[in-house]
Amino acid sequence: MNFKTMSLISAVALALPTLGMADADDDTLVINEEIKIVTKAPAPAHLDGALDEVISGWHFRADGTQAMEMDDFDNPGMLAVETGEELWNTVEGSEDKSCASCHGDSASMAGVKAVYPKWNDAAEEVYTIQMQVNDCRENRMGAEPWKTDKGGSIPMEALLASVSRGMPVNVAIDGPAQATWEHGKELYYTRTGQLDLSCASCHEDNYGNMIRADHLSQGQINGFPTYRLKNAKLNGAHSRFKGCIRDTRAETYSPGSPEFVALELYVASRGNGLSVEGPSVRN
Amino acid sequence: MADGVKPRVKAPKKAAAGDVVTLKTLISHKMESGQRKDKDGNLIPRSIINRFTCAFNGKSIVDVTLEAAISTNPYFEFEATIPEAGDLEFTWYDDDGSVYEDKKSVAIG
Repeated sequence: MNFKTMSLISAVALALPTLGMADADDDTLVINEEIKIVTKAPAPAHLDGALDEVISGWHFRADGTQAMEMDDFDNPGMLAVETGEELWNTVEGSEDKSCASCHGDSASMAGVKAVYPKWNDAAEEVYTIQMQVNDCRENRMGAEPWKTDKGGSIPMEALLASVSRGMPVNVAIDGPAQATWEHGKELYYTRTGQLDLSCASCHEDNYGNMIRADHLSQGQINGFPTYRLKNAKLNGAHSRFKGCIRDTRAETYSPGSPEFVALELYVASRGNGLSVEGPSVRN
Repeated sequence: MADGVKPRVKAPKKAAAGDVVTLKTLISHKMESGQRKDKDGNLIPRSIINRFTCAFNGKSIVDVTLEAAISTNPYFEFEATIPEAGDLEFTWYDDDGSVYEDKKSVAIG
């Protein structure tokens, strides 16, 4: 190796670290050597001027954490999927029905998670998938609804996400859902708390940088519910929103509140084009 | 028996004689450390898996002592040489005396 190539290499080596160690990497995600996950996609049209590319949070994690998601056996979130499958087949409520009584196999729900949150004509509001599950429980099964991100909600959402893995997120933002979507967008760009931060301050303007010891991702929710190593359980999107807003030192909305439903719709729409990835594994 | 405990094992169904195979095991268990307190300030009693063993045709492959600092749903991945056809026996021992078992047969071929 002569001096010229040496200096070229060191020039490249010098140039790279300035991008920061926290940037999204170039690995590819294939689950069970079978399900190809789109983890980088051109940004949907409504993000014109804000982002060029949408990137799954998977890219911002260490190789070891990434590997846990590549095999269902290694993914602790799949334990909840098994619980969800049991719930799917459990007869509950006054009508003597389980989810399976109407829907059959849980695999038949492939693609459903990809389009939620979604406008519900009968209720005339945007439904998250948890709300839709509760609608079924109350009106078809005669069973008690689950609280947002509690009880059976998370395992059921994990099950519904797992059968849709690999399918592109495609939530509708026009038509009757548009007003809710606009509300969600407003919340996304509203600064809150003593730290005066909006979602965009971190996840749009500074993704790829460090926030103290952690990597900032784009805050995509295509991988929810997410198994977090820090609390060793599956976390719902609303609970995560709450955590983020709390970290801005603000009073937060509650999981299941209309504000968080709107925010979930908006944040999900920012990931239109990425694959459904849940249950994912993150820090 | 603690709630929601379910052992899982991933082992190859077939191996060539003398092959080194990778075994993965996971048991869903809350692994309550005994250090935490409940809302009223009382200690939550320890409840963990305290021992895990794996044997092939009765011959020990690993024998692990687990301590209270090991997190929920303990996962083990290790390798073993398969000399002949036989059964892998996996055993987990709970603090409360429960024993959970799983068995996987490996054929030669």
